[in-house]
Amino acid sequence: MKLADVQKILEAEVLCGSEWLNREIFAVCGADLLSDVLAFTQEKTLLLTALTHIQVIRTADMSDLIGIVFVWGKRPKPELIAMARIKDIPLLASPFPMYEACGRLYQSGLKGADNG
Amino acid sequence: MVEVNKEEKEIILKFTLQGLDFETAGEASGKIKRVLQQLGVGSDVIRRIAISAYEGEMNVIIHAVRGVMQAVISPVCTSITLDDEGPGIGDIELAMREGYSTAPDYVREMGFGAGMGLPNMMRCTDKFEIQSKLGVGTKIRMIIFH
Repeated sequence: MKLADVQKILEAEVLCGSEWLNREIFAVCGADLLSDVLAFTQEKTLLLTALTHIQVIRTADMSDLIGIVFVWGKRPKPELIAMARIKDIPLLASPFPMYEACGRLYQSGLKGADNG
Repeated sequence: MVEVNKEEKEIILKFTLQGLDFETAGEASGKIKRVLQQLGVGSDVIRRIAISAYEGEMNVIIHAVRGVMQAVISPVCTSITLDDEGPGIGDIELAMREGYSTAPDYVREMGFGAGMGLPNMMRCTDKFEIQSKLGVGTKIRMIIFH
């Protein structure tokens, strides 16, 4: 599945990185605990989170994540979006709550980060 | 600060870290990652180095007053040392346990302080050493082979 498919399923707005929507997603992780993202995800994982501070971008950069979807309609500040662009991390914003966003992706066949 | 030791074929990166500076936290680890990418080190190895450096850097920001992180990149391995001035760790064995943390609530609200940092650093590295003195600070040395 590509990031473009995720965008449709989650009815998400692309905040940055529309040119990277053809990236293939291998696994998904829904987390508001960055410690877990650092400890348990594999590279090329898509992160779903409600956190919108700068350390989310840094964690994604260090963990080689494929992109970030902000759930619950949350949005990061413009400077954070600019930083994600520099680091090649596409950002999407979905109106769905975490549970429903994860459910929609799981139902469409995407596996979790620890067994993807 | 970057030094190049041509005889030993080493690149030395040194960073000063300030406690509670969450805005720039992670910048040093990001710079180490970029240098490793420029050197053409394997992506899986870079990921392990970047994650362990970042966990170490965050620990200094969260717990210490200040600290220094140094990365020595040689053709065979990357060595990362973290040396901080801070409260130190009273019981290292307990601190190494997954889930044990003394981080304050506002750090947990940021998504850190879950007691996963030190165990994750050990898991990501080939060699991991930690020394600490209460009321003085903590020293961590990690080696990852390329």
